[in-house]
Amino acid sequence: MNRIEQSFKALHEQDRKAFIPYIMAGDGGLNILTETLSTLEKFGATLIEVGVPFSDPVADGPTIQQAGIRSLQNGTTLRGIIAELTKAREVVSIPIVLMTYLNPIYSYGISTFAQDIAKAGVDGCIIPDLPIEEEDLLAAELENAGIELIRLVTLTSPRERIKEISSRGKGFLYTVTVKGITGTRTEFDQEVVEFLKKVKEVSPIPVVAGFGISTESQIKELTPHCDGVIVGSKIVDLLNKKDIHGLESFMSVLKPEKNIR
Amino acid sequence: MNSYTLPNDKGQFGIYGGRFVPETLMKAVLELDEAYKIAKEDPSFQAEIDGYLSEYVGRETPLYFAKNLTKYAGGAQIYLKREDLNHTGAHKINNAIGQALLALRMGKRKIVAETGAGQHGVATATVCALLNLDCIIFMGEEDIKRQALNVFRMELLGAKVVSVTSGSATLKDAVNEALRYWVEHVEDTHYLLGSVMGPHPFPVMVRDFQSVIGKETKKQFFEQEGKLPEAVVACIGGGSNAAGMFFPFIEDKEVSLYGVEAAGQGTDTDFHAASLTKGKPGVLHGALMYLLQDDDGQIIEAHSISAGLDYPGVGPEHSYLKDSGRANYQSITDSEALDAFGLLSKLEGIIPALESAHAISFAVKLAAQMKETEHIVVCLSGRGDKDVMAVKERLERERA
Repeated sequence: MNRIEQSFKALHEQDRKAFIPYIMAGDGGLNILTETLSTLEKFGATLIEVGVPFSDPVADGPTIQQAGIRSLQNGTTLRGIIAELTKAREVVSIPIVLMTYLNPIYSYGISTFAQDIAKAGVDGCIIPDLPIEEEDLLAAELENAGIELIRLVTLTSPRERIKEISSRGKGFLYTVTVKGITGTRTEFDQEVVEFLKKVKEVSPIPVVAGFGISTESQIKELTPHCDGVIVGSKIVDLLNKKDIHGLESFMSVLKPEKNIR
Repeated sequence: MNSYTLPNDKGQFGIYGGRFVPETLMKAVLELDEAYKIAKEDPSFQAEIDGYLSEYVGRETPLYFAKNLTKYAGGAQIYLKREDLNHTGAHKINNAIGQALLALRMGKRKIVAETGAGQHGVATATVCALLNLDCIIFMGEEDIKRQALNVFRMELLGAKVVSVTSGSATLKDAVNEALRYWVEHVEDTHYLLGSVMGPHPFPVMVRDFQSVIGKETKKQFFEQEGKLPEAVVACIGGGSNAAGMFFPFIEDKEVSLYGVEAAGQGTDTDFHAASLTKGKPGVLHGALMYLLQDDDGQIIEAHSISAGLDYPGVGPEHSYLKDSGRANYQSITDSEALDAFGLLSKLEGIIPALESAHAISFAVKLAAQMKETEHIVVCLSGRGDKDVMAVKERLERERA
């Protein structure tokens, strides 16, 4: 059983939900990556999604676009991120999942990429511009290296397709809770809750909600219907402002003493 | 070449193409594929398109023997396929009509599109006005400056033009924003992509809608010369006019196919848009294709005096045709294109779009190396009125 499966199993046994922060690697400099990951682990992150900056992030809204631009301006490369993650692995024990668009991987070389991130202690990979129709391009290489491909389902995915997608993975199912790109939203409509229920029904693996989640009340609204949440833009924003107290307070929302269950 | 049947069902031309889009768009992309397959087999769909192309666009466009340009080049006989004479002044409307009619068949009455030079935006806005569709166009801030007149045209036609300031604020970034908009509005909106790029079925669909260029050329050339031309030439940004010109000739291997990219300030500088000449395969905007990118897979900004060629990628079919050797890809610099812009204006009384001036420039060089008994057809993809101000400013700057 890999680290991702173990984490969700442990949460499940304690009747808790996953809190997954997303960060943009290299935002603020790659030299703070290890410290940031440690802090997030200390504040109770279940797993951390580490974003790789890309020049043309079509699935991302303004906050993450800007973080990516800052990171690229700092000279961040995929190679540099992998090297820093190797060091971070010595002090961080929770699972790490890389979120990267396909082209940096393609350019790096698919099988070298899979082997190198496995060696660095990365557990999974999210590729937002890789639908299941195209995953033959690298699914075998990732599997051979022991890297879990984390797949996405969205409000526009038909039921049969959700079934197909969720049956392919072992990690968790990234369930996109907005019609759109990443970024903060004020509220979700009932459609999102119904959607989460539907996904939960068919998915054999943990269902984690992400995109547009930025407030405690949203998290409380969604977590009864899924196995956890991914928070991106809000975390990126707090880290960029160096608001560590704000980060700690925000991340305590799913801690046992405050847990709605 | 044996019978050419690409792309396959996954939208692949060899290794190129595919559907590399976020899951949110997959439903729409698969539905579009299905709807296009059905429409393609429906004679009434083609008849509807043909009706608009003939009555509204003004097809067929002439195949014009450019006697003075031929004499100037001193070699092969040069013909011009006059796509500049289409309604709205470029080939872009051939595709806009086809896709808008398809969107209507799919029950979608809202259209989003990107534009570089503004030609595709104007064509899309025009067709949306005609068919009473809502229209929103994303255009890079840089291009808005370079093509102010086209922005006014689009607005006059009832479209909403949104300025894109991210990245290089040109065509690539306009595609990013149009894709983001489509992700958010996918259920009732059709993305009317303007070139042979993006996820399947766009590259094949746009090629098919543009093939009217090559089909007419083949027929008209045969009527005038009783044979096939030795060479056809077209400029390449994303590659739609070239794809439409090449496709009907693709199995006629005696016809050489030449695509002309923008070399900007030179392919040995950092300021060009020659994706096939200088790029390497990668994934952007839904397809695997040749891309200008750095060693870390970050996309490099393209540079060209011509806003319509200012794109760091090139359609997957062209990527395949380059590797297979069936088509030959060359590049022409900004200053060569400017020379050709002036040359065609003076010699033939035809002001070409800066995009098309790249093809003219290369054709003149090519003709000089060919025999007088041989023939070249150049796709004159658009008229140059939109570029007159920018060219004037550039020439004044150079003189100063």
